Amino acid sequence: MDPLFVSLQILNGIQYGLLLFLIASGLTLVFGILQVINLAHGSFYMIGAYLAFWLTSRTGSLGTAILVGLPLALLLGLAVERLMIRLLYARDHLTQVLLTYGLILVFNEAQRLLFGNDVHGVPVPEIFNASIRLTDTLSYPVYRLVVSAVCLALVFAMYLVIQKTRLGMHIRAGAVDRETVQLLGINIKALSMFVFAAGAGLAALAGMIAAPLSSVYPGIGEHILIICFVVVVIGGIGSIKGAFIAAILVGLADTFGKVLIPEFASVAVYAVMALILLWRPQGLFGRA
Amino acid sequence: MDRNPRLLTILAVVAVLALALVPLFAERYTIQLFTKIMTMAIFAMSLGLLVSGVGLVSLGHAAFFGLGAYVLALTSPANEGASLWWALPLVVLVTAAVAAAIGALVVRTSGIYFIMLTLAFGQMLFYLFHDAKFAGGSDGRYLNFRPTVELLGSELLSLNDRPTLFYVALVFMVATYGIISMILNAPFGRAIVGIRVNEPRMKALGYNTYAYKLAAFVIAGGLCAVAGFLYATQYRAVNPALFSWRESGLVLMMVILGGLRSRLGPAIGAFGLVLFEETVQALTDHWLLATGVFVIVVVLLLPDGLASLFQRKQPTAAEADDG
Amino acid sequence: MSPTTRSLMSRPVSRRAVLGGAAAAAAASTLNAPFVLAQPARLKVGLMLPYSGTFAALGNNITDAMTLAINEKGGKLGGREVQYVRVDDESEPSKGAQNTNKLVVGEKVDILVGTVHSGVAMAMVQVVREEGTTLLIPNAGAGAATGALCAANIFRTSFSNWQPSFPMAKVMYDLGHRNVVTMTWKYAAGDEAIGGFKDGFTALGGKIVKDIAVPFPDVEFQAHLTEIASLKPDAVFVFFAGGGAVKFVKDYDAAGLRKTIPLYGSGFLTDGVLKAQGPAAEGLLTTLHYVEDLPNPVNRKFSADFKKATTRDVDVYAVQGYDTGQLLVQALDAVKGDVRAKSALHAAMRNAKIISPRGEWTFSKAQNPVQDIYLRKVVNGENKYQSVAHKGLADPATGCKLA
Repeated sequence: MDPLFVSLQILNGIQYGLLLFLIASGLTLVFGILQVINLAHGSFYMIGAYLAFWLTSRTGSLGTAILVGLPLALLLGLAVERLMIRLLYARDHLTQVLLTYGLILVFNEAQRLLFGNDVHGVPVPEIFNASIRLTDTLSYPVYRLVVSAVCLALVFAMYLVIQKTRLGMHIRAGAVDRETVQLLGINIKALSMFVFAAGAGLAALAGMIAAPLSSVYPGIGEHILIICFVVVVIGGIGSIKGAFIAAILVGLADTFGKVLIPEFASVAVYAVMALILLWRPQGLFGRA
Repeated sequence: MDRNPRLLTILAVVAVLALALVPLFAERYTIQLFTKIMTMAIFAMSLGLLVSGVGLVSLGHAAFFGLGAYVLALTSPANEGASLWWALPLVVLVTAAVAAAIGALVVRTSGIYFIMLTLAFGQMLFYLFHDAKFAGGSDGRYLNFRPTVELLGSELLSLNDRPTLFYVALVFMVATYGIISMILNAPFGRAIVGIRVNEPRMKALGYNTYAYKLAAFVIAGGLCAVAGFLYATQYRAVNPALFSWRESGLVLMMVILGGLRSRLGPAIGAFGLVLFEETVQALTDHWLLATGVFVIVVVLLLPDGLASLFQRKQPTAAEADDG
Repeated sequence: MSPTTRSLMSRPVSRRAVLGGAAAAAAASTLNAPFVLAQPARLKVGLMLPYSGTFAALGNNITDAMTLAINEKGGKLGGREVQYVRVDDESEPSKGAQNTNKLVVGEKVDILVGTVHSGVAMAMVQVVREEGTTLLIPNAGAGAATGALCAANIFRTSFSNWQPSFPMAKVMYDLGHRNVVTMTWKYAAGDEAIGGFKDGFTALGGKIVKDIAVPFPDVEFQAHLTEIASLKPDAVFVFFAGGGAVKFVKDYDAAGLRKTIPLYGSGFLTDGVLKAQGPAAEGLLTTLHYVEDLPNPVNRKFSADFKKATTRDVDVYAVQGYDTGQLLVQALDAVKGDVRAKSALHAAMRNAKIISPRGEWTFSKAQNPVQDIYLRKVVNGENKYQSVAHKGLADPATGCKLA
């Protein structure tokens, strides 16, 4: 294998990992702080993708679609937290699984009613619709690099918010010990609402920027949800750092699995998970 | 655990007797439908042992349903039916062995970790069978002949006959219920219920709780394989969707909707949900929307599941029984 | 759903009997079970096709073209009124057997038509082999349906997965390609289509450098495109359809491969998806048993009639539906509507000669079409007829014992 090929595959893997992190970060925080298992998290990714498709076909621009769509997704996240998730804080995991499973069914059918079952394409924004020539046979699409850049910028912004602000301190504390945070007089309800809506927003944003790459189709949210569960489990519940490392790991395992062991590519990711859990049952950065 | 055991037992016996009469009156389609429902009831009861017995919420139980079905499909000869006498034990043993391997990893965890891990392992098996050539890929495999039931060289039962298959499923369903009841009434059962209620205390009492949980996980997997066996026998086709987490979610819904307090809950849930699906599906293309709303409403309004509808009538008597 | 499908005398299958549970179902069924009905005036045709999901458009085109063929002959089959019973199979293999049972056992249809998805079709084959119902497959190309699992009551009016890709081997070999990478989704249809190409290409002395198979219905191709670029084959042959075909052709172009390593495919790569593929598909060569501008009068008339009836353009699926309708008309006229005379009905079908928009064709012994395969090229966003790539091609029908 030549070095260019390997480095390109590494790039592909990191790219996928960064996208996974955007989605998994919200999921892990909702587990950590709200202690709610939210199966419907993938639905926000799906909603983001469909919003991108719908608004882009209306406005002709993915940028505008994101500007309009992101607030809509945040509002939806707030509404779901207020109307449904809040009722689950005191209930057991079983109830949480059941209710959020019901939510998936409702979201998926709403999608079918509104957009039908066809596969839709979202055009790559015109200014990024180019390729960089690498060898005589291969070029690299610019938009893929743009997506990675956006993801990296968001990762950096999240790092700043979580490490350097008061809000971030509350989030970190909440993920460690919900009760203590309450005793310290922090409004845990408002914090939960913020975390849930932000998680939903991030997942939707990931769906929007990935839409031109992956096309938009029914069931798009569930596939990504389960991979994100794997990311959260490997990284350790509630750990942002763990989610980041796990996401890159899963991205690379998936990409190289496809090339090296095509027959068992999809299994590769789960095998990595099983091995890590044999070693550390609570995940890389989880608390035992 | 049943708050009103006598009433439920009477109801169950009546229901089984009524079921036994179905093939005498119903048309073939209805017979098939009820055969499928009883298969799902076995599937749900095996998960019920984990959920309401040990308190382990598995979101990957369909893995064992799929495995049971695939093992039969993969080991059946191409030109004749496999003999039930060796095929059924083989299906159960192979599935139980896989359940032991997965269980060894997952029962070390609990809570959210357990849910997500079972989900992830379920998906792993899904992809294994989805991507592997030997299993027929996403189209799955076909069973050319149903298993044969022979005794001393002559045919005892023909599973190609729909009413016969119906009664076989009925016997399996009742037997599954019997086995689970026996397990729960035995010292082993009391130990796993103890673990659900208070695991640290059981540990302090000297129980190896890990071994108990693993054993329960393996038993649940093995019983679930029986449902997979029946499914493959009835439809003679298996495909990776049997492993999917939607299937796991659906059967978990049956268990929870049926009610966790009752041993009959999972079976009630299976009958309720499949009949609900069958009815609504005939009325609208968007039956999943109805199912979703139904689930959300039940969760919010009936915390103890559908079985609580039967029990509500005598709440005070039930409370007294409990004490 | 299109206005025409709605206007059919069709209704969704309902099982209201189940509403009241076991007792009600049992009671309801006793009403009709003991009586042996005299032959009903209406012929019941079950349509098990995708009316939702990725393949919904295909299901609708097949349905509408089939009824167009029947309505052209007065809307009756063998002199009998026709009642259509529709079931949406959702292209979901796990529900295939249950849905087939609904039509065959529950509704007791006389003829069953379906379906698009190979996995679902195989479930239907399993059921009708047991029940004896006559099955017409208007699309699904699974080899086994007219191969190892062929049966006197199973007919296919479309193609086998092997058929459209086999002739491409010679086309590519003649263009000077010797080392080829193949790529498809990892499912039976993909395997069989690539198998057809491989059979032809290796027999000619060409070499398959690598077989790439991605999980169905994954559309993340980037890692594999990078791999193809590093393998530097003479050409690439793929089997993709629908959304995957759109995505693959666009990604292949964006990765800069289209100009350096030519791409070929079976015709499904550019069927019904050209608009979405845009300029990325320009110049692609594909092989299939139909092309829209096929120069024959039947095709011209059918294109116009179908457009008039549905306002949609014809495609290969509509042609297959139309031929299914023609076959029903011919065969049931031959037995004067008596579907219970099964061996006469099946003989009439087996010997039918279909004057199709795709050219004339007949059935092979395995009851799959013996038909011409055409070479097509994408020009200005349309598939254009180039030449006959293989005349009168029959599927090898491995394992079929029908004689």
